Amino acid sequence: MARVVVDVMLKPEILDPQGQAVQRALPRLGFEGISDVRQGKRFELEVDGPVDEAALARIHDLAESFLANTVIEDFSVKVEEVAEAAK
Amino acid sequence: MTARIGVVTFPGSLDDRDTQRAIRLAGAEPVALWHKDKNLHQVDAVVLCGGFSYGDYLRAGAIARFSPVMEPLLEQAKAGLPVLGICNGFQILTEAHLLPGTMLRNDHLHFICRDQKLRVENAETSWTTDYTAGQEIHIPLKNNDGQYVADAYTLDQLEAEGRVAFRYLDFNPNGSQRDIAGVTNEAGNVVGLMPHPEHAVEPLIGTGRTDGLPFFTSILKKLVNV
Repeated sequence: MARVVVDVMLKPEILDPQGQAVQRALPRLGFEGISDVRQGKRFELEVDGPVDEAALARIHDLAESFLANTVIEDFSVKVEEVAEAAK
Repeated sequence: MTARIGVVTFPGSLDDRDTQRAIRLAGAEPVALWHKDKNLHQVDAVVLCGGFSYGDYLRAGAIARFSPVMEPLLEQAKAGLPVLGICNGFQILTEAHLLPGTMLRNDHLHFICRDQKLRVENAETSWTTDYTAGQEIHIPLKNNDGQYVADAYTLDQLEAEGRVAFRYLDFNPNGSQRDIAGVTNEAGNVVGLMPHPEHAVEPLIGTGRTDGLPFFTSILKKLVNV
């Protein structure tokens, strides 16, 4: 059993007004020295069965067609092993 | 015989009844379509109306785009069925790649609701022939994610092909690139815009003008003359 994590971020050239609003709030909260904030989305997919090449290819398709809008967003797919004891 | 124009209701649609009313006022027959419908009940055109389908979860329009009704709609839109997307409907059409670009959160991060001045740039689409090119109109705008973006190549192509259908005038309310308020596909049968023509069809309410009505009379004329 494994968890697959899909991270979705706005492309670098796309303005991120939410990230900017967070960044501008930081000095007020006493956090100095952070020059930029970009806000994105993280999806954790619990996969039944083995995460083999075919499963990853399907998740890649899912991310490309649904989880991310590739007009404005980039995504990455990575596998995270879930320890049996943690279940 | 008049034209039958479908209006799709998704979970979270808000303006389906107003849109049906606008269609009726223009003299056509509105047909209620449901997001689970597997066919379009032989309508002559479809309007995807405003609202917050699926709560804008994931991205505005991203989940509605995969509704059962979208399958026949995509197929028939590509074959020439006239489709108008208003606000959330426009977002659904971009998510479905029937129209280029997409919408981001308004640049100022606030929901906006105002009477907006627009210029009709293209009066040759299925939904705009009752306007004249360059005509200035006032119709309401109300949204959270209205900032139109596309890459520079796409924007240049849209401009060159006359596919920027509407532009914001005097004031850009959401940071949209090149003041774009609405676009059309190449064939001119699929049109999307963020402002709401269906809220400007009676002098008694809204802007006090009927600047939105020509959307619905344009399509009626087109369908009845065919």
